[in-house]
Amino acid sequence: MTQAPPLPPLHMQRDRFDPVPELAEVREGPGIRRVQSVFGAPAWLVARHEDVREVLADASRFSNAGGLAMRMPGDTRSAEEKRRAMAGQMLAADPPDHTRLRRFLTPEFTVRRMRRLEPRIVEIVDEHLDAMERAGSPADLVPSFALPIPSLVICELLGVPYADRDEFQHRTGRQLDLSIPMDERVALQRESRAYMDRLVAGAKADPGEDVLGMLVREHGDEMTDDELAGIASLLLIAGHETTSNMLGLGTLALLRHPDQLATVRDDPESVDAAVEELMRWLSIVHTGVARTTTTEVEIAGQTIPAGELVLCALPTANRDPGFVDDPDTLDVSRGAMGHLAFGHGVHHCLGAPLARMEMRIAFPALLRRFPRLAAAVPFEEVPFRAFHFVYGLHSLPVTW
Amino acid sequence: MEIIADRDLCIGAGLCVTSSEAVFDQDDDGIVLLLVGEPEGADADAARQAVSLCPSGALRVEE
Ligand code: SF4
Repeated sequence: MTQAPPLPPLHMQRDRFDPVPELAEVREGPGIRRVQSVFGAPAWLVARHEDVREVLADASRFSNAGGLAMRMPGDTRSAEEKRRAMAGQMLAADPPDHTRLRRFLTPEFTVRRMRRLEPRIVEIVDEHLDAMERAGSPADLVPSFALPIPSLVICELLGVPYADRDEFQHRTGRQLDLSIPMDERVALQRESRAYMDRLVAGAKADPGEDVLGMLVREHGDEMTDDELAGIASLLLIAGHETTSNMLGLGTLALLRHPDQLATVRDDPESVDAAVEELMRWLSIVHTGVARTTTTEVEIAGQTIPAGELVLCALPTANRDPGFVDDPDTLDVSRGAMGHLAFGHGVHHCLGAPLARMEMRIAFPALLRRFPRLAAAVPFEEVPFRAFHFVYGLHSLPVTW
Repeated sequence: MEIIADRDLCIGAGLCVTSSEAVFDQDDDGIVLLLVGEPEGADADAARQAVSLCPSGALRVEE
């Protein structure tokens, strides 16, 4: 891939918030379709809520370690380099290896543990709102609010110097952007890797009170340095790229639905449900969650041989009328649990409790601080991240 | 009804705790703990929801 294709692959195509009609046709019709994946190999796109749930729930027939999904065209890294880079990447592992890695981390992400973080998150949100207010209207909500809040939280939690964030954000943002030439993405991946290796070496020499320090102290002899670096980099990327895009995109969605915005702003009881609905409606992980079949399987009436790539389209699954009524309507009062925005099965997002808490705090705080918040550019001019693994906005100019 | 939790399957996603703190908790390792094995009334409904939400299939209900 030396040149940006004119359109992302079908499974990533959207008209702003909504999956394109062609995707709804797959879902309402056959439920499955042969597509060209972003990974180069052809794939089966699974579009219904029930089928996506079934695929994701079954780690033995639908493998993450199959490696097909990781083979990007034009990736020039050696086999050894890729092997090292894959170590510790829970998203590229199956049980029991996945279980072993994930269990190192579960104590750090329990509901109770997250609650202890709450006051610090409130503080971080307030500091950023203060800074926005001081700098004055207008502002770009992405760099002043949506990106730095989750970024600061994950940096503190993990034990990454916040001073390194600009460099780091720049790297991951471009690494996951499919319109960037592959050789540049490989170079960025190598830089990230070198950074992570240094971070792990530092944590081993002097383990702090953060997650990296904990991993070194409590499990340092059960995992390799490559695994440590892999886990750290996965958490850092996941912490940056997901919640920040939910905050940016979610704010725009609310601005487009003023009555619902008012509910989130004025009724604290509504916030939990609103966060679930925004996640469902926006489904920001939009490349399709990839699995490789380990055996011949049947899904949506289609027989698929072993060794093929299956892509679960979260945006269409979460807009399935078989899952919720009137699925294309954003209705923050319904708050349907059971949406697939955090995935499903053993790979269900480890950081879900953290992400939920950040959103529950950040959305109402922003809307209350700036009750007259409005987009500063026409809706048609807001730049969406169409080619990115994680959907979102490049920027969101606002006034208040 | 009885709730059964398979701690070996649990991945510590905590959705059960989110559904009902009366019925579920997580231990220090983040793994599910059943506080009430046979919940009733509203707790039973919440527990049923937890069973259907549990991403790893660690929870089951027996009527
Ligand atoms: S929802 Fe399931 S996986 Fe998550 S903590 Fe509860 S039992 Fe474990």
